[in-house]
Amino acid sequence: MGASGAGKSTLLALLAGLDTPTSGRVILAGSDLTQLDEDGRARLRAERVGFVFQSFHLVPALTALENVMLPLELAGRRDARPAALEALGRVGLQDRTGHYPRQLSGGEQQRVALARACVTRPAVLFADEPTGNLDTATGDRITQLLFDLNAQSQTTVVLVTHDRQLASRCGRVLVMESGRLVAG
Amino acid sequence: MRALLLSMRMLGREWKSGELGVLLLALTVAVSALTGVGFLVNRISQAVALQANEVLAADLRLESPRELPEAYRAQALGRGLSVARSVSVLSVVFVGDESQLSNVRAVGEGYPLRGSVGVSAEPFGVATPVGAGPPQGEAWPDSKLLAALGARVGDQLSIGAASFRVTRVLITRPDQGGGFAELAPSLLINHADLPATQLLQPGSRAGYALLFAGERKTVDSFKLWLTDRKQRGERLLDVTEASPQIQNATQRAGRFLSLASLVAVLLCAIAVAMAARRYVQRHLDSVALMKTLGATRNFTLSVSLLQLLVIAVAAAVLGSAFGFLAQEWLLRALKGLLRADLPPPDLVPVGLGFLTSIALLGGFALPPLLQLSRVPAIRVLRRDVGPPPPLVWLAFGPAVLAVVFLIYWVVRDVRLFFGFVAGLAGFLVVLTLAGFLLVRLAGSLRGSVGVSWRYGVANLARRRGESVVQIVAFGLGIMVLLLLAVVRNDLLADWRRSLPADLPNYFFINIPPADRDAFLGFLAGKGAETSRALPMIRARLTGINGRPIEGMDFQDSRGEGYSRRDQNITWQQDLGKDNTLVEGRWWSAGDTDKAVVSVSTEFREGLGLKLGDTLAFDVAGELFEARVASVRKVKWDSFQPNFFLVFPPGLLDDTAGSWMTSAYFKPGDSRAIAELVRRFPSVSVFDLDDLLAQVRSVIDKAILAVQSVFLFTLLAGLTVLLAAVQGTRDERRYESAMLRTLGASRATVARGVLAEFTVLGLLSGFLAALGASAAGYLLARNVLEVSYGFSVEVWVAGLLGGAVLVAGSGWLATRSVVNQPPLITLRGP
Repeated sequence: MGASGAGKSTLLALLAGLDTPTSGRVILAGSDLTQLDEDGRARLRAERVGFVFQSFHLVPALTALENVMLPLELAGRRDARPAALEALGRVGLQDRTGHYPRQLSGGEQQRVALARACVTRPAVLFADEPTGNLDTATGDRITQLLFDLNAQSQTTVVLVTHDRQLASRCGRVLVMESGRLVAG
Repeated sequence: MRALLLSMRMLGREWKSGELGVLLLALTVAVSALTGVGFLVNRISQAVALQANEVLAADLRLESPRELPEAYRAQALGRGLSVARSVSVLSVVFVGDESQLSNVRAVGEGYPLRGSVGVSAEPFGVATPVGAGPPQGEAWPDSKLLAALGARVGDQLSIGAASFRVTRVLITRPDQGGGFAELAPSLLINHADLPATQLLQPGSRAGYALLFAGERKTVDSFKLWLTDRKQRGERLLDVTEASPQIQNATQRAGRFLSLASLVAVLLCAIAVAMAARRYVQRHLDSVALMKTLGATRNFTLSVSLLQLLVIAVAAAVLGSAFGFLAQEWLLRALKGLLRADLPPPDLVPVGLGFLTSIALLGGFALPPLLQLSRVPAIRVLRRDVGPPPPLVWLAFGPAVLAVVFLIYWVVRDVRLFFGFVAGLAGFLVVLTLAGFLLVRLAGSLRGSVGVSWRYGVANLARRRGESVVQIVAFGLGIMVLLLLAVVRNDLLADWRRSLPADLPNYFFINIPPADRDAFLGFLAGKGAETSRALPMIRARLTGINGRPIEGMDFQDSRGEGYSRRDQNITWQQDLGKDNTLVEGRWWSAGDTDKAVVSVSTEFREGLGLKLGDTLAFDVAGELFEARVASVRKVKWDSFQPNFFLVFPPGLLDDTAGSWMTSAYFKPGDSRAIAELVRRFPSVSVFDLDDLLAQVRSVIDKAILAVQSVFLFTLLAGLTVLLAAVQGTRDERRYESAMLRTLGASRATVARGVLAEFTVLGLLSGFLAALGASAAGYLLARNVLEVSYGFSVEVWVAGLLGGAVLVAGSGWLATRSVVNQPPLITLRGP
């Protein structure tokens, strides 16, 4: 948790290997990210990491199903299609698989993003303000779905938020201020 | 494999986003332009090459302006070779009162020795090959001649003093030359009928040929025998040297058209670069996302590269297909100028199309794509992060390489390459500067117009760089089209202006000396206004200042021609009004019989002569020398009989020759001409109106061909416009939504967009008209040497055409953006 500009997203980027630290080391799922090059970090993410973003980040040119299939295809999985269909089913979008992102509401888009994040059954799921762009009711439904999926697949969820209520449902809360950890 | 599958799936989706469409269009236009010209040149060159061994209708051919000695024929027959005779002479052919100047070819027994004559039962019909010429009493006119005379198979036609029945239509003959058709229509008759026509008189201008064929060894040894004995003026043609001139002409014309199409290709390259930049901008997010999801840099690069490759191949295939169609259309437009039965093209131009497509993509789209693959994954969290700045050599190096490669491949000549590149670069710099000035000017004037116009013109000024590129691209496209129209109009109009109304419209040559007075009397009796009558004698230049002409080198191609070909010479006492003395002095009475000669300025320049030089001549075997006594500037377009070489009276009185004159007949007085031809069958009549019409039609067709190629330049300009509009779509969508949220009506926004493109089109048109007028002026003054006539039409066409074309296509390309409800846009993606 932390206010805008506290450094939450920067920390998330470092943890996920999207960025590299100027000093220190980051160990993710047993691998030292600072020892890997860009492609090595990408491979690690393909195998072990899932993402959910505040602004969804769906590929506008691909349908809901194709968006969910994307990480599976990148990992070279042959069962991409049935796995993606199943993941969409778990977020309740089995009837919207052929829709493009622009044809879906904000909540639906974030559910597709959730399905995409979980479909590879990652060890760690990073979520950056997953409800930041949604109204309270929709945000609550997404939160519930996130925790349900977490419970089902035993994933570690690393969540960035400034929503106290959401934070209170997590196992551990770290608070940041001006780039430093101040609590937790 | 994964990259392939993914890229194909994404390709289908991205097609809808538009920039791939522009990319494909730009490449297709470029490939069409190059392959269209490529196919055309390829077919003509093939025709020239294929017919090289048929072009003589024999293995060996001896040509001469004089009758060939019987000894040659006897020798060849003695060696077991086949021999055939052919004589060609220009004459007027009549059907009733209809007449047409034609190439009459009388062919003897055995013709053709190689190849076959193609005939048909109707004009422009499908050719059936036959192994011999027409039997006695029959004539086979070609389709053009029948059409001109309004005659049909079965009609009677008269040539000179004889009459023939048309039994077949001549479609092809083996010795008709390569890809280009002769100007005058032609017909075949039997050699045995020639005396009856009385076309041949002493001094007549005719072409005599002996055709030989047989076993190669015998032919070779006979060729050696003949080479030793042949006289001056007799030309021995072997298969290997049959058509080098046509080949040269074809190559030059092909190279010019290819260069013209290169301009379109280079404009398309700009469109490709613009579309690629837009592609990269739109894909920054998805590439960053793919990297976040675990894709490696190579993988993301492969996906984009494969997509591009598919587009390159599609463009090459589509472009080649369009190029082929364009070439078919061009051939149809050039009907009459080219032979109708060209062989089908081979696939070389398609290869060129593929290479063009790949070179353009590699040079102009690959660098931004390499940049794209370098976008960091962190962009998914921080949108301000883009790819690191490109290395300069990587950004521009491939583009420069691709352009250099394409230009060099087309011109294949270092000097021409540098000339073209320097010329084009200078031209583009001037155009770009002018474009900048125009955009600035338009920007500073926007305060004085309404809100829509202000908004539109402000847009132009804000995207100044892109506006200038579009103005230059479009301006160039319109300019080249206008320039051709200017030059054509100037040429023909100026020519026509300079001709007086009572200009001679008939030329008569081959007037036998014995008939001269009777002929002139006949003309006077018919009320025709006759100009001077001059003798015409064939002579060959054999030496200059005591040195033989053979082996001399002339820088000037005209000099080369003067030194090789027979010249027509004359003698006359008076310097005509259309001749001006530039050096030396004209004959006085005391110069009669003296060995002096007056040369025209062209002759002096071509051979590098000066006053006092001695020229040696061979006239019908008689050798003599003459000193250059004066130089004349001749006004050739006076249409009076005129000669390069004029001698004083006396010297040539005894040499055999014929007379020529020109006269003015009232138009439609064909009865008088018909009577004249019947009374003086050996006289060749040239109808100048016919000749002028033919020249005009050749110029028109050539200009049409070039204009068709330049149409691709205009298309390329259109592609640049589309690419630029595509590149600003998101921006435009947002602006339009903002304006409408602020209370602007849809009509106001639409007017703004229209205003922007109308001004853009007007500026392009202005630049085009300015450029075309300036280039037209320079061409008229320095190259064509005619006075330049200012043309309002060029400006009207440029401004109006530019405005309508650009406003229309710009509007079509942005319509959907303007019409989109603002809420959708402002709610975000």
